[in-house]
Formats: sequence, structure tokens, C-alpha cells
Amino acid sequence: MRPIPSFRRLHCLIINLLCFLGLLGVSPAHSQTESQRSSYVITHAKIFTLAGSPIEDGTLVIRDGKIAAVGSSVEVPAGAQVIDAKGLQVYPGLFDAITQMGLSEISAANATVDSTETGSYNPDVVAATAVSPSSEHIPVTRASGITEVLAVPASGGFDSGGGRGILGGQASAIHLAGWTIDELLIKKSAAMVLNFPEIQTVTFDFSTFSRKEKPYTEAKQEYERQINELTDWIARARHYAQAMEKGSVSKYDRDLKLEALAPVVRGELPVLVFADRARDIRNAVEFCDKQKLKMILAGGGEAYKVKDLLRSKDIAVILRPMLSLPEEEDDPYDRELSQPAELAAAGVQFAIASFDNSFARRLGQNAANAVAHGLPYDQALRAVTINPAQIFGLGGQIGTLEQGKIANVIVTNGDPLELTTDVKYLFIRGQLTSLENKHHRLYEKYLNRPKAQ
Amino acid sequence: MRIAEMLEARSTRSTFLYLLCLPCLFCFANSATAATPPDAPSVILIQNATVMTVSHGTIEHGSILIRDGRIAEVGQSIKAPGGAQVIDASGQFVIPGIIDCHSHIAAESINEGSVSVSSMVTMEEVLNPDDMDIYRDLAGGVTSANILHGSANSIGGQTLVIKLRWGQPASKLPFEGALPGIKFALGENPKRSNFSIPGQPRRYPATRMGVEVTIRGAFSEARDYKKAWDEYNKRVAAGEKNLIAPRRDLKLEPLVEVLEGKRYVHSHCYREDEILMLLRVAKEFGFKVRTFQHVLEGYKVADELAAAGVGASTFSDWWAYKVEAYDAIPYNAALMTRRGVIVSINSDSAAEATHLNQEAAKSMKYGGLSHDEALKLVTLNPAIQLGIDKRVGTIDVGKDADLAIYNHDPLSAYAVVQKALIDGRVYFDREKDIANRAEIEKEKKALTEKLKKAEKKPEEKKSPEKKPEENSKPPATTPTATATAASEGGAR
Repeated sequence: MRPIPSFRRLHCLIINLLCFLGLLGVSPAHSQTESQRSSYVITHAKIFTLAGSPIEDGTLVIRDGKIAAVGSSVEVPAGAQVIDAKGLQVYPGLFDAITQMGLSEISAANATVDSTETGSYNPDVVAATAVSPSSEHIPVTRASGITEVLAVPASGGFDSGGGRGILGGQASAIHLAGWTIDELLIKKSAAMVLNFPEIQTVTFDFSTFSRKEKPYTEAKQEYERQINELTDWIARARHYAQAMEKGSVSKYDRDLKLEALAPVVRGELPVLVFADRARDIRNAVEFCDKQKLKMILAGGGEAYKVKDLLRSKDIAVILRPMLSLPEEEDDPYDRELSQPAELAAAGVQFAIASFDNSFARRLGQNAANAVAHGLPYDQALRAVTINPAQIFGLGGQIGTLEQGKIANVIVTNGDPLELTTDVKYLFIRGQLTSLENKHHRLYEKYLNRPKAQ
Repeated sequence: MRIAEMLEARSTRSTFLYLLCLPCLFCFANSATAATPPDAPSVILIQNATVMTVSHGTIEHGSILIRDGRIAEVGQSIKAPGGAQVIDASGQFVIPGIIDCHSHIAAESINEGSVSVSSMVTMEEVLNPDDMDIYRDLAGGVTSANILHGSANSIGGQTLVIKLRWGQPASKLPFEGALPGIKFALGENPKRSNFSIPGQPRRYPATRMGVEVTIRGAFSEARDYKKAWDEYNKRVAAGEKNLIAPRRDLKLEPLVEVLEGKRYVHSHCYREDEILMLLRVAKEFGFKVRTFQHVLEGYKVADELAAAGVGASTFSDWWAYKVEAYDAIPYNAALMTRRGVIVSINSDSAAEATHLNQEAAKSMKYGGLSHDEALKLVTLNPAIQLGIDKRVGTIDVGKDADLAIYNHDPLSAYAVVQKALIDGRVYFDREKDIANRAEIEKEKKALTEKLKKAEKKPEEKKSPEKKPEENSKPPATTPTATATAASEGGAR
């Protein structure tokens, strides 16, 4: 996966050029700047607040970036821009809980990828640092009704050695609109990525594009070595945190990695633990339990096998897309699709995420497929809105349409999870935000290509 | 779905079960779901369904009469003939079975990547009827698929069309009478942009210029080869004796078939320039390109594609996974359709093929295709592209009874396949699949226990107690990470 140098330069040029065009594409009417912030009123809509029953013929008032009022008889403030949404529906914007948004532009082109740092322990790297506000993925993704995402380091793609490391860095929650990272940011450090070690007898080496095998005992030794190493990191972080509290860390012996882990060992920052197989999940739960870490499970391919454990430990799951094949050859063919319903029935809290950029816009499709396989519809909607918000401690700020929350709102002509539904209006931080994007621009351009002679 | 995800999923398989149990579970899982192909009652009546014929509109409360594997009658009120098996499809929707114009299921290996012209290899030699992905895709309503060689080569291996007759031996999978094909590939994959092996020199070609020259070179050779044979055959026909035939060349033979119009060219491509390049080369040597595959910039040269009469088989909304996919847009299918190109939506992945109906639906949102036009993208259009539209692709009298039955409008994310029929046989039945699960689970546990015991007493370990007649098929081979990587990475 190493493009030749000349190609890297070319990529940069292309990306820079396209980013530039992308900025030009934002129309002034839909500008995102603070100074142009104003009030909006959405009237005559069916409003799904997700904090109570849907409101028929409802009104939603947005002021200063926040939801000022929502209900069936709400006073319309003077001077607000009114959007008559008769026949339309209003929902909280969707939240994609795991992406590499802004961190990866073209996954096969290294020069455009900042998602995975080399080395195994990078707790001090922060996604927000490398999120490119000009990424074409941002407007493309929000056109499908996604208003905020978690940009997660070491969650997709590999480092140059073909690995993803163990402590992958800090995930950042971002809005999908903003001129700068400061405008994009919801929460700089929302979780610490932990790619939980696995006993791997078979690995794939991207640099040689070949499969590597090792005996089980050797793989197990390697696993144990990694667990010991990780345990050691946590222990050192704990000592360091204690030293910090006592004020005994001088500026000369400051350790940025341990400092980054301090909120983790204090239980303030959750660990986002990537694991799919039941055994790995069990190991991770046991580890986090022992180390008193606040765990969120990511992936969870076989979470159904340990649902009672997850429920009893109150561990939430960010599920990978249901539209994927089962882990095992002899699993039921719809194993992935029926898992959300099973977890919901067991009382496990979960969100559904794309784990991707290009396929982020399939978020609603995945949730709908879970409904087709038994998940109650309202729970599917919650799995892509309020659940991820709550899981990352943002439930008080976003995820439902309630007074005082950040106005990340979508107005659609139907079910936001259905394939054919269009988003008609989209608000991020209370700003009417453009739905225009690279794909639409190219569509318009070639729709109007004169017929070839 | 993505290379990374697939590899991650496959390479982290836990070892214990993997090593101990899987070979056995494979046999077992197969025996449970597909040891014997389903019976074929000679007469079946599907009734009370919304029948989406694709060719002549939708029939509410419609019926389809199937006789000897073919559609015998389609209409609103068909009486069940005596002895007919009746499928009550009240509230359900029937469409022609989905046809996937770009698939790598049921294949033991995908890429012969050592040379850039690998036309001598053929997918037919590596068909694996036990590949579980056949069943999974069948459960997604797919009844026929074009099984392609990978895209590591400018000219890749020979392809073939199969029906997803799960449970049948490899010899029964090929779609009878379907013209064979050959895979070509342009752009980043044949020039190996995204793959390299440290310490090894790069393989020629490494540029799009080189890809063109490679193809032209191969067809120059093929033309000479054809000339030599034509000459020889002419002289034999004229009664000349004691002639020495030209030496057979397995690499050039399929290319001669292309020149003679006996083999379809399915060419992987992304960028507009390489699409036009192959059209020029085809013109120069006097052959036709049957389909461009992926063709994510097809919308930029839709008029040229339409003028050349080439089909386009693309993805719904994939983009940005490599540089040549950065201008990919979800409007591609609709834009090309509007300019008169026959367009299909394909999978290129076993997972994607489980929901091609949904991928087709996206063309209504992106570009405004009608319901029927969207449905054609995964039924009639791929049938035309593969030259099998006289047999499949619509619900019409005389065609093969290859059908998919859904519980909702199939162009919705809420639609689930209930049954899939091929040649009038029910090869997938969701109700039965669910009903069998408890038993499968029980048998799996029993077999796992048995294996554990055998592990504890190695001296007593004998060959598995399986009566040969119970499992006449060879055990399925575990798809390896390499095979997966080759199929995923090399193919798109």
C-alpha cells in the first residue's frame, strides 16, 4: 500500500485543488459563520423529537444555535426565517459513532490518510488535530442527514506496518460543518481507542500482500506479552495520575502519553474497545473490570454471545454495519442483521455506526436493515441519534430535539432510514447548512454535458 | 465490504475453533442446509403476490404458474392445476431473480497475478460449490452471477456465468448456453499502484500507457495466431494432406474467440480516459467490449458508451477508496441510463450481493430513475449484458422460473427475501432456514464435543465417523485470508 512518491505529490495536488473548489461550493446563503447566525422556525412539520411522542403539525424554533422551543403550539419569534415544512418530517440529525471523518480522504492513498499512527501505544494523539475541515467526505456525508460523527483514530486503515496498534489515540466528536476545527468540534477527547489484543494465528501483511501464520502457542505468548505491556501502561498511568494530583510532576519529567491516560485511569474518559469475537470481548471486559476502566465496546460482531455479561456490566456497544457477512461459515446467514434486535431484547445499550467514511451514508440503511430483522423502529432511530450521544457523554447536548440542545436538525420527506428519502433542510449548530457536495456538483456538470458528436 | 474490514474480519478468526472444528463443521453445515438439492415439483403456483414482471408492469394479486422449471403463465387469476404445489404469497412481492454481473463467490482463487496477460486461466477450473457465500447471496435473492477473474492483469482469466444452485455439484453450476467471457482490467490494479512486494521489481505495465500497449500487443499476437489457423484450416478444407497444424496457444485461443465474437469482454475500469482507450483498441482490432465493470467515471463518457453499444456494470455508492474512485458518484447509474447505456448494479463482494435490491433502489434517489428502471439494474439489464436475457431477467412466459420473493417492496431497506427459486426449485426458504437452526446448533455442539474428546485421547483418534454416502461431496476448503484478499483487493 505504498504509492510511489510522484503519485503522492499528485494526490496532494488533486486533493488541495478539490478542497479549494469544495470551499467555493458553499453558497453564501448557507454560510456557516457565527456572524450570520440567525433564528429559524420550522412549521407544520411532523416532529420526531425522540424525547416523547411525535408531534403532528409541530413547530421547532432555532435560535443562537440552540433549539429554543419545540411543540404543537409554540410562539413564532419575529424576524426568524420561516420554513414551511408541511408534509415533511423533522428529526435530530443522525450521529455516526465511528468514522475516520477528516482523517482519511482516499483510503488507498497514504498521503491522504492520517487515521493510524505507527507504534502500539499512542494515547496522546488526538483525532481533532488531523481532521481536515475541507474533506469532501464531510458535505457528502451530511447530505444523507448525518450531522455529527466521532472521528476515531486507529479504527480503519492500517499503519505502514500493517497494524493498528493497541492504544490508538483519542477520538473526537465533531459537527459535520465548520470553517475550522474549532467550529467543528463538539468534544475533543470523547474516548480512548483500545484495539484489544487478540490471539492471532493468522495475520495479513499488506506490505507483501500475503498471509502469515504462526502456531497457537506462539500466538498466545504474543497475546500475553501484549496484555502484560498494556497492564503495565495502565499501572504507570495510575501512578502518574497520582503524582499529578499531588503536584509532584515537574515540567521536566512530564510524560505526555501517561498524562493522556490519566483521565482514563481516573474513569473519566471511556475506553473505546475494538473487539468482535466473543472470547476477545470477554477478555476485554475482564481487563477493563479489573483495571476499573469505563468500557465502550466497538465492533461487537459476536456481542450477542456475551449479551448478559455486557448488560450486567452496563457496557454499551457501537455495532459495526449489519450489512456484512457473519463471522463464522456456519453462522445463520442473517447473523449480523438480527443481532441488534437480540441485543435490544437483552437490554444492552447500543449504537449503530458505519466504521467508515465512504460508507457513512449507509448508516440509516444499516439501521433499517436491523429493523427488517426484528429491531423495533424507534430503537433503530435511537441507535443512530441519542444512543451514541449518551454513550459518549453528549446526551445533554445533542441526539434529541429538546429545548436547550444544540440545533443539529434534519428535515426530510420521509423516514430518514429509508433508501429513497431525501433530506430537504439540514441544520448544524443552528445554521441552515448546504446539502450541496462534490457528488452533486459532478452530477450537475455531466447532466449538462452537451451530447457528444 | 472494504478491503480493510474484510481482512480484519477474516484474519482475526479465533484459532481454537478454527483449527479444531471448522473442517468438520463445514461438512456438517453443508449437509444440514444443502446436501441434497431441493425437489422440483413439476408444477408450482405462486399466488396472491404483487408480481413485478419488469417487462410488462406490476400485477397486483398476481399469480405465476411454473411448469418443469419454466414460467408457464403469469396473470391475475390462474387456477391451480391438479397436483400443483401452491405457494401462497399474500402480501409478498415477486421479482425476477437478481443477476449479479460481477461476483467472486464460488471460486477457490481469483487472481493469477504473475503476468499481465493471463487469458489461459479460467474460473471454471476453480469453482467451489460448497462456498457458503453462494447460499448467503441466494438468501439475498441472487439467482445468477458472473464469476470473474480478478483485476491484477490487463487481460485476466476466463469468466463464466453460474446459477446459484446451492447443493448441486460444480458441474451443475454453470448457466447452460451462456457465452463465456474474459476479464480485462485497466488503471490502478493492473498497473499495481496500490500493491508492491518489497525487494521485487515492479511488474510491467506500471502505467496506463503500458496497459494499452499490453492489450494491443496481445491482440496483435492473437490476430497472427488466428491467421495461422485460418490458413491451415483453409488448406485442410481444400484437401491438402500432411500439413502440420500450428502449435496451440492457450493464452491466445480465448483472445481469438474474442475476435470472433464468441467470448465477451468484461473490462474492469474506473477513469474516463481508460474507458475510451479500450474502445479505441477494440475498434482497432475489430472486437466488441461487452461490458465495462465498475466504470465509476462512466457518467463522464456516457454518450461514447452508448454509441459503442457497451454495457456498464457499476456500484451504487462506493467512492474514495482509491484515487481512481475519487470522482465516483452515486448518480452514475442514472446518468448513464438517461444517455442510453444499458446499466447494471453489481456487487464485487459476497456481502454486497446480499442486498443488491437495496443498491438498485438508490438510483431512484440519486438521479431519479423510476421503480421499473431501478429494478432493471439488477434483473433485466445484467441479463442483457451477459447475453442470457432470453432465459432470465423478467417474469415472462417461457423464461426460467428464477424468482425472488420479498415481504415488502424489494426497493426498500425493509424488504427481506422469503424465498429464492431457480429453475422452479425453491433453493432458499427463509422459514425453513430459521426452523432448521436449533437442530444445526445441536448437531454443532455434539460434533464439537466429539472433537474435544478425540483431542483428549489422540491414540483412539480415527478418521471421522462419517458414512461416505452421507457426504459425497469433498469437504469444503476454508477460504483463506489470502484468497479473500486476492478476491477483494485484486478485484475492484
